[in-house]
Amino acid sequence: MNEEKVIEILGLTKKFKNLIAVNDLDLTVYKGDVFGFLGPNGAGKSTTIRMMLSLISPTSGTIKIFGKSLLSDRKYILKKVGAIVEKPDFYKNLTAYKNLSILGRLSMGEVSRKKIMEILELVGLEKRYKSKVKTFSHGMKQRLGIAQALLHDPDLIILDEPTTGLDPQGMKEIRDLLVLLSREKGKTIFLSSHILSEIEIIANRMIILDKGKEVVEGKVSELLNKNKLKVTFEVDDNNSARKILEGTVWQDKIYSSIDNKIVFILEPEDISSLNKLFVENNVAVSAVIPTRSLEEYFLNITEKSI
Amino acid sequence: MTTLINIELFKIFKKWRTYIGFIAVALLVLLIQLAISISGRDVTSGLTGQLSDSFIMVGNLLNGYFVSYMILNSIIINIPFLIVLVAGDLLAGEATAGTYRILLTRPVSRFQVVLSKFLTSLIYSYMLIFWLAILSFVVGIILFGTGELIVLQNGLIIFAKDDIIWRFILAYLMAGLSMCTVAALAFFFSSLVENAIGPIVTAMAIIIVFAIISAIPIDFFQTIKPYLFTNYFFSWRLFFDDSLNFVEIIKSLSVLLGHILILFGITAYIFEKKDILT
Repeated sequence: MNEEKVIEILGLTKKFKNLIAVNDLDLTVYKGDVFGFLGPNGAGKSTTIRMMLSLISPTSGTIKIFGKSLLSDRKYILKKVGAIVEKPDFYKNLTAYKNLSILGRLSMGEVSRKKIMEILELVGLEKRYKSKVKTFSHGMKQRLGIAQALLHDPDLIILDEPTTGLDPQGMKEIRDLLVLLSREKGKTIFLSSHILSEIEIIANRMIILDKGKEVVEGKVSELLNKNKLKVTFEVDDNNSARKILEGTVWQDKIYSSIDNKIVFILEPEDISSLNKLFVENNVAVSAVIPTRSLEEYFLNITEKSI
Repeated sequence: MTTLINIELFKIFKKWRTYIGFIAVALLVLLIQLAISISGRDVTSGLTGQLSDSFIMVGNLLNGYFVSYMILNSIIINIPFLIVLVAGDLLAGEATAGTYRILLTRPVSRFQVVLSKFLTSLIYSYMLIFWLAILSFVVGIILFGTGELIVLQNGLIIFAKDDIIWRFILAYLMAGLSMCTVAALAFFFSSLVENAIGPIVTAMAIIIVFAIISAIPIDFFQTIKPYLFTNYFFSWRLFFDDSLNFVEIIKSLSVLLGHILILFGITAYIFEKKDILT
């Protein structure tokens, strides 16, 4: 991995009166990363992104992007950054083309018609370039949001829940686009989401945020280690099942046992062996439910936030 | 900066509310011109009154110059209400629409953004005054012709034909400056909130209150009157004095420019520090 730091955040904190929206956050994103920024609603993701784009000022902490301080080199940094912040809002009484033209001029000084049409084609809006944004659906605005973020060919793309409001096909197209931008064009992508599976598909590194604090950070492959699963076996008779396990290697792998559910920490290949053991000893298994521990944890905090 | 101003002008002229001012001014001016053309010489006889008994009035007194003077005198007090519609929306409108998020994440400083918007509000104010001038002056001359200008200003003054145009140019520039103060006030309120209605209503309320205070003949109010910008809405009349009162003109310019600069300074400071949460 290229170890050039693109984003370096240290001790970032934002307080709104009595609310601590982001609390002492440290985070590093390297060049070429697709960095998943995961957390339930209200975790502080958008506040962090707003601070990274200087829309709001931090209470304390530092943000460096491309090795430069956001405080002193804001214009240099923003020239190389494309972003969507929360829902995509545009000048509704202007056309999609005119919106991009204005935003392109602000980013690059001038932007050619060819460039604008290429970007619109990339997000599938080329046929609606003359339409006023007020006639667009949420999904179309989301696509236009991605278009404006990519218009000036930025090195770093910051996307705040970019697939929200898109249909499954649209979601897939955006994911494919992000993978293309990362792998073939070497862009660094900072992707915020509250959907773990989305991050799992696209990102190589991730951080989970909850109540403004970092919960965990690392490589997606390590954090979502598929070799260690929490597996729930639903059996007809818990006592019989526990007796069978006594004195075997499986006993040490029991995580919990409540009612007719016995939860084990297992390697994937252990599941069929254990199931076979139960069946051979006349313990009926009605369900086997594997869950990755991080996924379960994330689901828990997501549920709490709803 | 030119790019930013062009973009801001483009944006405001894509909004319906921007044209309300131009339409209202056009209607008012044309209505007054129509009324004057119907009333005919009755309009000027009010001014010349008893003088007609002692002097013989020759020439075309009811001319385009006189009509333009009357129009400016009549509707300058109402133009602020049209200006706040646009100036009050310039910052708050972006907050309401959520477009700060795409605007302020561009490599442009916040000061440049706020300055370009402010200059746009000033340009709009002058455009409205220019529109008023064109309609009342040009159409007035076409409809009523030219002649000497008769005005009632600390007595009756009659200006010769060749001594009028420059006075009108300076008068319109001064009137424009007083309207810029209104724009600066509405712009300031626009930086405080995230909905354009608040700044528009507040700016209108302040203009009304100041105008009432200026008009009430109580010592206390008369003491503070020179500090109220509404007191200078009619400073353009200074250019229709027989000999120009430069002290009063400079005082008016200073008060109006002072208001504009101070209001913009505060607005820029607020905008620089503002957390964009919409």
